[in-house]
Amino acid sequence: MNKFGFTISQGRQINFDEIKTDKVEKMLELVPSYKLCIGCGGCTAACTAAGFTDYNIRRIHTAFQRGQYNGLEEKLQRCMLCGKCLLVCPRGVNTRSLIVNMRRILANVEPVTWRPQREIKAESHEESHK
Amino acid sequence: MSNSFSIFVLPFCAGVLFLLVISVWKYWRWIRGFNKLQRATIRKNIWTWRFLPAIWEAFREGLLHWRITKKNVILGYMHRSLAFGWFLLIVVGAVQAKLAYPDGHPFWIAIFYNYFEPECNPVAFPKAMFYAHLMDALLIYVLSGLTLAMFKKVWSRPLGMKRTTRHTIMDRVAKLALWCIFPMRLLSEGATSAINGNGGFLTKALGDLIKNIGLADPAFEYSCWLLYSIALGTFFCLMPFSRYMHIFTEIFLIYFRQLGVRDNDKKTGYTMFELSACSRCGICIDGCPMNKELGIVNMQGVYMLQSVRNLELQRNAESIAENCLMCDRCVADCPVNINLSIIRRQVRIKNKVAFDEQGTYGYLRNVQPFNAIGRIAYFGGCMSHLTPGITSAMETIFDAVGQKYWYMDKEDTICCGRPLLQQGFEHQAFELRRKNTEMIVNSKATMLVTSCPICYQSFKKEYKLSIPVLHHTEYINMLIESGKLKLRHDDKRVVYHDPCELGRGCGIYDQPRNILKATSTLLKTKEEREHSLCCGFNLGNLLLDIEQQTKIRNASRDNLLAPNPDTIATACPMCKKAFQRAETVPVKDIAEIVAANILADNQ
Repeated sequence: MNKFGFTISQGRQINFDEIKTDKVEKMLELVPSYKLCIGCGGCTAACTAAGFTDYNIRRIHTAFQRGQYNGLEEKLQRCMLCGKCLLVCPRGVNTRSLIVNMRRILANVEPVTWRPQREIKAESHEESHK
Repeated sequence: MSNSFSIFVLPFCAGVLFLLVISVWKYWRWIRGFNKLQRATIRKNIWTWRFLPAIWEAFREGLLHWRITKKNVILGYMHRSLAFGWFLLIVVGAVQAKLAYPDGHPFWIAIFYNYFEPECNPVAFPKAMFYAHLMDALLIYVLSGLTLAMFKKVWSRPLGMKRTTRHTIMDRVAKLALWCIFPMRLLSEGATSAINGNGGFLTKALGDLIKNIGLADPAFEYSCWLLYSIALGTFFCLMPFSRYMHIFTEIFLIYFRQLGVRDNDKKTGYTMFELSACSRCGICIDGCPMNKELGIVNMQGVYMLQSVRNLELQRNAESIAENCLMCDRCVADCPVNINLSIIRRQVRIKNKVAFDEQGTYGYLRNVQPFNAIGRIAYFGGCMSHLTPGITSAMETIFDAVGQKYWYMDKEDTICCGRPLLQQGFEHQAFELRRKNTEMIVNSKATMLVTSCPICYQSFKKEYKLSIPVLHHTEYINMLIESGKLKLRHDDKRVVYHDPCELGRGCGIYDQPRNILKATSTLLKTKEEREHSLCCGFNLGNLLLDIEQQTKIRNASRDNLLAPNPDTIATACPMCKKAFQRAETVPVKDIAEIVAANILADNQ
């Protein structure tokens, strides 16, 4: 068959009715500042890792919101957690927390939340030692 | 010398035996849990004179509670009277028993001396009255501390503590037993005195009182001594499972620390010593910025250790360990010098095992080192790229002194790895460290200067570089002292903010101050050096949101603005960025101030 030098690309449509929102909701619960993002891309412009590779927080952020989880886990591992994105963000999004929690959610590891004082019960005296 | 045994000593003896067996078993298990490096350190140093400073420190901290006294005199007195007073009661009691029974005696005689030896016979034992008075004086000393402790329970503020620890049931019961011991001792000795007329000034007076109200009765006397013995026995039985385990553990901890044993990123037997050496005094709570500014009072060092100590609270341990700025304030405040931040990091690392795989940093492969033979390597750090004033000031300074340098992360910044390590991603941090080490070693630079205290601490403590590592304040101070850099003194009034990682983290307090004294008028602030307040934008905590960080920042800023300065000086790009946002007086890094004040005829 002849190759014409162009192909028909995959459809880029996303049907929002079909997307499961549980992961996004979980994220909103853990990092409430997630919803403040205006997609300015300042984080990506400042990013240390983005200087070397196509690691792009803004894109990851958008993909996560749209339910496109393919390849995100691998990409998130490229982050060095240096915190520059945090300092440049004009909206005060806790980007580092976003990245760490996104890793946890994608890996199905129970994320850490801050629990109120009354839940911390009296100490019992079983010691732990490896 | 009537008889030297009575049934009532049994609870005491059982308690002592139990305490001995459990303690030996625990300590033996913990010592076996030391890792290879720690064992090697002990083997290397055990036959040196290091036990001498250990003995001195154990005496100073275990008995005199010197560090607590420095914090608050009354609080120090309270701890000292209970610890040192009780220690002297036991020692003097033993001496007294030894003199009265030259041929040897069972060990409980020292504790229940007045019951077994009520006669005070001056012929057999000429100094008996002297010892009786001395023991009474010591008992008053202990009781005065006990009164303060009870007062502190109701109102702790006069003793310098705004908040005290919420104790567990076991700790409370043990404390009750401890509190019963000394009044019971006084009452028992008084009861004996009522019958036999012995005792020093205090017990004699109490004895007369008891006699007058008609209680001079051997049955009453016996039950008092029995209760005293039970209180002692209960306390000793509870000791290994409560906060009072710190009494003996602290001595071991001090000894091992003096031998040079240190903790690392995995829990070891040494960590167990640190965990048990915590006396739950709660001094770490008051200084913590999370408590002071945000009112969060359940994640401080004492609760963190509490949750690590036992298995059932592992889930709590995780969230407690995460919610911390890692500003090291508690480490500076801790009277036992427990390295709380390392233990916190251990918990974080343990909890990240599930997804701390190899980071995908393969993209760093193409970053090549520069040939920098004979040059200084300058590492700005990630954050300095957001505060270009600092890096350009450093370049100005290097040029002014004619120093050739290699700005190693001018274009390709690689993070030092400390932010990852602080969050518990041990392997990923290791990968970045390996890459940076490779870069520095291959460049053959002679010295590493860094502008960021986070990187500085990482290069200094976590990397194993063979070349000297300096923060730029150290470097500039060195230039000024050697006369290579001549500075103009301006009329600005500045305050200096100690960055957590530089001050408490690495102990650099004087160099930045020397520089500022050379360029400007340095003002003092209320909370500085070890007590400096975190700027709140530290990378240690992922759970705080920006409003909370701002609150902490504002408290720190208010402290700095109190002496009404023209400029806030700091030595950390992160702190600079944090204070800049507050839009008050200009915030400058020390390097910028120095660069602006270089005399034109330098060189």
